[in-house]
Amino acid sequence: MRVVFSGCKMFLFFSLILGTACGANADMAREESSKKQQLTIYAAASLIEAFNELGETFENSHPNIDVVISFAGSQQIAQQLSQGAPGDLFASANEIQMKNVINSDRVKSSAVKVFIHNQLELIVPGDNPGKITDFEDITKSGLKVILADESVPVGAYTQQMLDRANQQADLDRDFKSKVISNVVSYEENVRSVLTKIILGEADAGIVYMSDAFGIPETDLRMLAIPGDINVSASYFIAPLVDSPQEGLAKEFISLVLSPAGQEILSNHGFVRIDDRK
Amino acid sequence: MTVNREGFNQSQPVPVPRTKISGIWRLFSLPMLFFLSIPIIAIFLRISPAHLVENLRQPQVLQAVGLSLVTTMISTLIIILAGTPLAFSHSRGQYRLSRVVDTLIDLPLVLPPAVAGVALLIAFGRQGILGRYLADFGMQIAFTPLAVIIVQVFVAAPFYIKSASLAFANIDQELEHSAALDGANSPQIFRYLTVPLSWSALLGGSVMSWARALGEFGATIIFAGNFPGRTQTMPLAIYIGFEIDLDIALTLSVILILLSFLALFVAKFILNRDWMSG
Repeated sequence: MRVVFSGCKMFLFFSLILGTACGANADMAREESSKKQQLTIYAAASLIEAFNELGETFENSHPNIDVVISFAGSQQIAQQLSQGAPGDLFASANEIQMKNVINSDRVKSSAVKVFIHNQLELIVPGDNPGKITDFEDITKSGLKVILADESVPVGAYTQQMLDRANQQADLDRDFKSKVISNVVSYEENVRSVLTKIILGEADAGIVYMSDAFGIPETDLRMLAIPGDINVSASYFIAPLVDSPQEGLAKEFISLVLSPAGQEILSNHGFVRIDDRK
Repeated sequence: MTVNREGFNQSQPVPVPRTKISGIWRLFSLPMLFFLSIPIIAIFLRISPAHLVENLRQPQVLQAVGLSLVTTMISTLIIILAGTPLAFSHSRGQYRLSRVVDTLIDLPLVLPPAVAGVALLIAFGRQGILGRYLADFGMQIAFTPLAVIIVQVFVAAPFYIKSASLAFANIDQELEHSAALDGANSPQIFRYLTVPLSWSALLGGSVMSWARALGEFGATIIFAGNFPGRTQTMPLAIYIGFEIDLDIALTLSVILILLSFLALFVAKFILNRDWMSG
């Protein structure tokens, strides 16, 4: 029997635990260093690794500041903020949730900035059972493909991308319908697409580049989706209007937008704002 | 009243005289009753009957209802066919592993559905310990209606098995012995004595299993995936619909509530107090 928890799966498992433990850590840190000034950030779940690193960088250059980050799904955060959760900053994985927070008057629309992009990527299991070597291979009949459901942002982006593929002269005219006929499941979140591909339950899937980033090639292989059909998902950041320390919040945003901040984000699989075509 | 179909004289439960309870108990039971019924009432108030009928024609709704009904019928049938021998042998005699078997039967009742889903994927998935051999024969289970049925059998079987095994154990073995002395063979005894005597528990247990299978969600979405018409049962369509089209979610919720209520009501009627309220 194959060892079920190989290195990468362990990694996924621990990152999950770390992810959920973050909130608790943040609370403990808050009590320990109550004398320090705090910067409270709400960030989309997909930003966990990158924003933890950015938080540390910020603390290093601001010794008297304690960065507290709360990670959750953007729609959950938007809801919390609309209910009046106190804080300084919001980083959203899509525009809709940022708009919801603008509508509840917690963020000024003029202050919102795009700070990073994410792209779609084709993923196949490490042993590549479908023998997929190229993006176009996902139309081969008999393959098993898993996509995210359209209700999930990445699923909606995937449909957009497939629509674009249909209009490409060098791709099959029925590209989309061929891919759709290979789909065996529409998953209800992007991480479950990732896990099922790593487990080898299907031949190919489509996820965000940042999700698949850093997983060893023995477990997962990534294949690029051509730039002219790929869809770019933009992430938005803004200070909260009632932040007691707006200056600090703005400094953090500057860090995120700075070359150093963009470098950290791109190290976690995101696409810099100036790199986009 | 226990209806006795086959003419066997089943021991009637002795009617316990009801003591009158004071109105104050009734009064204090109202909050909990209200709390349990308000979400159900809310769903029915939220959607108008005309709207409901109109939504029923949506292909997504029809597909989900159809798939749920077909898969749950098959899984209930499998549970009865494969569960009865287990229930019978388990009800007879204390063998060494009887406690272990008993616990194994109970386990799916308390396992979180997500655990069941992951476990089934690891067992029957393409890379699973059994699934990989089945895959060699070209048999793929994950993401097919078969996966939906397997999940349902796994999570719902305990209801039937427990009910059946309890009923089998309660049968007076003297009856079976005398039937054997009169020349009846083992299948005959089972067919003409054991089954009729435990009829209500078998039927009630089947209905409970069916209702549980109908509501199965967590393990299905992990093991069988989500594909309209293939693996998207009613609970999955409700979950996905909640984020896209609330009307579809509400319509399916109403259908599911009605079916579950009917199933539980029928089960209670059949069991006639001798199992449910003990």
